Amino acid sequence: MSSISAIQRLRTSSKAQYRFSIAVRMVIGVILIIFSVFPILWMISASLNPTGTLATQTLIPRNMGLGNYRELLTSQTFPFWTWFGNSIKVASITSVLSLAITTVAAYAFSRFRFGGRQTMLKAILLINVFPNLLALVATFLMISQFGDVIPALGLGTHTSLILVYLGGAMGVNIWLMKGFLDTIPRDIDESAMVEGASNWQIFTRLIMPLLRPILVVIAILNYIGTYGEFVLARVLLRSNESYTLMVGLQIFAGAQISQRWGVFAAGALMGALPIMIIYLALQDQIVGGLTQGAVKG
Amino acid sequence: MASTATQEIDKKTSSSPVSIMPRLIRYAILIALDIGVFWFLTRLVALGYYPLAAAILIIAIFVNIVFLRKEAYPIRWMIIGLILMGLFTIYPIIFTVWVSFTNYGEGHLITKEQAVDQISNLKFLPEEGRAFSWTAFKSSEGDYALWLIDAEGNGYLAKPGEPVTQSQPGESGIGEFDDRGIPQTIEGYQRLNPFLAATDRNLTEVLFGEEGNTIQVRSPTEAAELLPLYVYDPDQDAMVNQETGTVYKNLRGTFTSSSGQQLRPGFVEQIQWTNFRNFFVSPALRGPIVRIVAWNFAFAFFSLLLNFSLGLAIAIMFNDVYFPFKKLFRSLLIIPYTVPALITILIWRGMLNPDLGVITHALEGLFGWAPPWFTDQFWAKMAILLVNLWLSYPYFMLINSGALQSIPDDIYAAAQVDGASPWQRFRSITLPLLLVAVGPLLIASFTFNFNNFNLIYLFNAGGPPMAGTPTPAGHTDILISYVYNLAFSGSRGIAYGFASAITIVIFFIVGTITLFQFRYTRMWEEVSENV
Repeated sequence: MSSISAIQRLRTSSKAQYRFSIAVRMVIGVILIIFSVFPILWMISASLNPTGTLATQTLIPRNMGLGNYRELLTSQTFPFWTWFGNSIKVASITSVLSLAITTVAAYAFSRFRFGGRQTMLKAILLINVFPNLLALVATFLMISQFGDVIPALGLGTHTSLILVYLGGAMGVNIWLMKGFLDTIPRDIDESAMVEGASNWQIFTRLIMPLLRPILVVIAILNYIGTYGEFVLARVLLRSNESYTLMVGLQIFAGAQISQRWGVFAAGALMGALPIMIIYLALQDQIVGGLTQGAVKG
Repeated sequence: MASTATQEIDKKTSSSPVSIMPRLIRYAILIALDIGVFWFLTRLVALGYYPLAAAILIIAIFVNIVFLRKEAYPIRWMIIGLILMGLFTIYPIIFTVWVSFTNYGEGHLITKEQAVDQISNLKFLPEEGRAFSWTAFKSSEGDYALWLIDAEGNGYLAKPGEPVTQSQPGESGIGEFDDRGIPQTIEGYQRLNPFLAATDRNLTEVLFGEEGNTIQVRSPTEAAELLPLYVYDPDQDAMVNQETGTVYKNLRGTFTSSSGQQLRPGFVEQIQWTNFRNFFVSPALRGPIVRIVAWNFAFAFFSLLLNFSLGLAIAIMFNDVYFPFKKLFRSLLIIPYTVPALITILIWRGMLNPDLGVITHALEGLFGWAPPWFTDQFWAKMAILLVNLWLSYPYFMLINSGALQSIPDDIYAAAQVDGASPWQRFRSITLPLLLVAVGPLLIASFTFNFNNFNLIYLFNAGGPPMAGTPTPAGHTDILISYVYNLAFSGSRGIAYGFASAITIVIFFIVGTITLFQFRYTRMWEEVSENV
């Protein structure tokens, strides 16, 4: 009898222990959540603070209002819509073109066998070790030389920025894409080939539809990456009207962050919101992509 | 299998007459492309951009081969990606090497061709030389025109900015000649009498004719063609002053006379290993560079350690199927990862602001003291590590929880039977298995942080500044942000050459880390199996 009650006591105590540990973990979790969410809340609160300076901000602003947003959307020194539009434009064009380039190339790597195929794949992997951020100075000089001959490709143009982004496109995603293509059985291609379909037809009519879900995820990740890119845009773009949002925010912050903190926070929040929503909506797919080493570290 | 497919297609294209059309179109496009590239190349060569011209030539040849040879059919599928990669990823790396051996930078921003061109534009009015007698005309707007007569008695009309032309009455509004062969009227202009013209001071300042063929009034009776003051002599590699005969030799990218006089602008010139020598041995630069490199490694290492530890701790804590609100917790915890880093770095900068920031305020309220986040080098480094922790732990949390789930439960059960303590289980099961899974990602993350320009630059621009350095450097600068300062900050002169030399050093460091990654994680072997 005593041994049974002892076991029971042990069981309840281990159950209690487990409950206790859950409670402790919950507490720690909440503290961590405060740590992770606080800056975002602070940004939201700053954007609603009517006086709009860094010094006068409290967590829950008195006389909350949308004054900063109104100022943001009408300001001349802070042309939010222009910058936001530039960011959307550059990121959209880059992600679509880079997806097209990568998919077609990955198809060739996955389906054709040719001399130098392995070497090329490995070379791409190696080149990707040196991101184009590192060769920043050379890229800048090169684009300025381009511009001396063809001004439309020179410094200060979105075209040059997009081209530089695309230069890194293949390196980043080709392995991932080829991996997905390899999982689609070859039998499909071969039966189509027997029917007389060309490679291009097989690629566009058969393979692409099968790839669509992963294509969407890669395009979105690419979009997010380009949208948030700062250095190259900072160096290559020249005028207030051509800046992307990230460059614009940085310049604005450098000039007057403490006086116009509220306007800055409003702009930052509006710029961050689309990306946050995409991330949280797609977190499962993105986690999948992360463990494959596909996105930023 | 696929190769036979390719061959089949090639057979088809060569045998059936219908498919000649695509091939013609292909050739037409290729020819058009080659013409465009040829034009581009001639312009590049004229400007002296030889490395870029060479790169484009190589890429163009490659493209031609790919489209002309049947075996290269698969390459055509990836040709656009390869062109872009070649031009905007590979070429900049090679160009970095080229620039690192030059003095490209302040005072040496253009090519030699451009510099010679600009210097040759300087003109002087020779004592002797081709001379004209002149008559001045003036329009009502105050524009001048000259009627020139050379030694043979030919008449020329010269206006500023327009070519000097031999002219006859009736052309371009020129009226009848008088007895000395000078037109009595020119439409829109009024003839000045010689005395008025000779005393008109403005007239001697006006340059008539086009660039390269310029005529200026030299004396009341004579006008003469201006000649280039400096002429390039390829044998001496020098500019020679035509008026005085002084020779300006090319000295490290500046034409310099024997007495030390220099001609501006200077130009880009090879200076061999000077930039690298400066990096490694220059006493003035060594101090800041040693500190920057040390902090660069420390920053990457401690960032990785902190971010990984916190991420792992959270992953273990929530690695429990029965944990309530697990999904909610995760969504809230990855929020830092979802905001573009630039934005959150700037927000942190505001929150840590020394006078006005909320965290500074709160700490002052609680303890009466807050760390000087921006002015003290130690606390600036702490702040950067803190911000980076906030930015990156969600990433490590995600990859670690993924890896934890892949560790089979029965290993733990077996360990429990053997009486292993939780710590022992963690030390000898969890950690080793986890490191195998996420090892490559950790090394990648180290490399990423090693070059985490955004964080350093946006948070504090590398500050607080080091005192007494020859080039701007800060206590939290890492190599890549130092490179950026050298090339783009412009406060003490830009130095593309030196910046590129440091970039090469970064290439070597990153390359070594990657080699290590491939070597010790067997990634390369896996890659080889997967291709």
